[in-house]
Amino acid sequence: METKKLLLTFNKKVVEKPIVYHLVKDFDLIINLYRASITEEEEGFMVLDITGSAAKIEEGIKFIVAEGVKIDDAQKAFRWDESICTSCGNCLTHCPVDALHIKDRNTMKVEFDRDLCIDCMGCIPNCPFGACGSIFQDK
Amino acid sequence: MKTYEEINEKIVSKKAVVLTAAEIIEYVEEKGIEKAAKEVDVVTTATFGPMCSSGCFMNFGHSQPKIRITEAWIDDVLAYSGIAAVDLYMGATQLRHNDPANLDYPGEFKFGGGHVIEKLIRGEELQLFALSYGTDEYPLKEIRTRFTIDDLNQATMVNPRNCYQNYNVAINTSNKTIYTYLGKLKPNMGNLTYSSAGQLSPLLNDPLYQTIGVGTSVWLAGAKGHVYSEGTQHASAVERTANDVPAEGAGTLALTGDMKKMDADYVRGVSFKGYGVSLALGVGIPIPILNEEILLKTTIRDRDIRAQVIDYSMDYPMKTGKVLSTVNYEELKSGTANILGKEVETASLSSYEKAITIAEILKSEIKDGSFTLNKPYMALPPNQGMKSMKVGE
Repeated sequence: METKKLLLTFNKKVVEKPIVYHLVKDFDLIINLYRASITEEEEGFMVLDITGSAAKIEEGIKFIVAEGVKIDDAQKAFRWDESICTSCGNCLTHCPVDALHIKDRNTMKVEFDRDLCIDCMGCIPNCPFGACGSIFQDK
Repeated sequence: MKTYEEINEKIVSKKAVVLTAAEIIEYVEEKGIEKAAKEVDVVTTATFGPMCSSGCFMNFGHSQPKIRITEAWIDDVLAYSGIAAVDLYMGATQLRHNDPANLDYPGEFKFGGGHVIEKLIRGEELQLFALSYGTDEYPLKEIRTRFTIDDLNQATMVNPRNCYQNYNVAINTSNKTIYTYLGKLKPNMGNLTYSSAGQLSPLLNDPLYQTIGVGTSVWLAGAKGHVYSEGTQHASAVERTANDVPAEGAGTLALTGDMKKMDADYVRGVSFKGYGVSLALGVGIPIPILNEEILLKTTIRDRDIRAQVIDYSMDYPMKTGKVLSTVNYEELKSGTANILGKEVETASLSSYEKAITIAEILKSEIKDGSFTLNKPYMALPPNQGMKSMKVGE
């Protein structure tokens, strides 16, 4: 069993297809859905974990792609602009998974671990400098 | 014992021994106070954080025909024009015209005075819209034009209050989220926020204002500025703990500097959800090591500096004066602090990382002879209280 985190984007044509249902039913995958939405332009996105055997995950992903769903390479909608970040650290208590964190308490530099991020977006309104953003939100 | 003149001679001949307020701690521990005081010439201190009482004067030069501006907006942010014809003052916390503020609570406050000041220093183009009633010698009644900082005769930052000596830690004991200038505070003491560079902070390294006074040269966002006055709300007569560190806010500085020489990385517009806009500013202040006592003060450590924890849901807004608890900066910087028996996650609004960078930049500017020190010509008031607002009859 392994877990893979995916960020899926749907165009207008596939937004009405029950993708998650098929992942569970046809490929025996366990789904943990973090976030999903359909935008004004009737495009959708979904952030989820899929857990199952490596073979089933691969088959599931093939199915998703065949259905016309795009898998974002970065797998995250969240964007952190290091050049804007001042390492004030106000975000830290608003990141539930410590994706935004301080490793070295001597330098107090804020760092971001993309793999840990769950796209909760909790940091975005809590960054006074506008270093946190999302591809799904206007800055 | 050294004098300002001797230290400046060493700086000019590039022989000054300079350490940051973070480095000096171990240095003195290793060498001993006597030897270190002889060797070290300057200790650099620094801070970077939101400082609401900041702003700038601008002179636009005269238009043809002339205008005596009576109302003005820069990028739709109101500027104060109750001074001479084409002089304006932009304040850090001024909202943009038509910002819905907290009508849609909590407001986003995406752009305001602080952002205008940052844009100016970045060299970006801004829009001036100005009105006047017209006079015989200033007939023009309206002007709309675009400009950059290079088009201005002067752009002078004049900040009535910067560098608070110490600062409140904010917490929320109520059962609902609140939004403050110290960030979003979760209910039931779900987090706390603070804003100080602690052991690097200028006035915590010179707690009795023995070297920092009116006339002291400061590194203000990359420009060489100076302290022009005590800051507003300067209140030196407060309870002090070990090493004369004040238990509360205490001293403040009024700073000024030439914005044309500033680096925008250290002048940043900020938006606080539910509160408003402000300006985050980087300041570095050199402390001349004139004697052992002054050196000893600069060896202050985070664990020896305590800040007061204030409930921003009740005691701060109602000005009850109640202090919930106290906590030291070592705990604050560790990520969690024990407040009344509860482990509370901590976060900062000031950047220690940027403060270190500034202390290092100032150190290298002093070492390479480009930043000399000024002897203050007037001390900050050593024993001054602070009045509350007179309200009522």
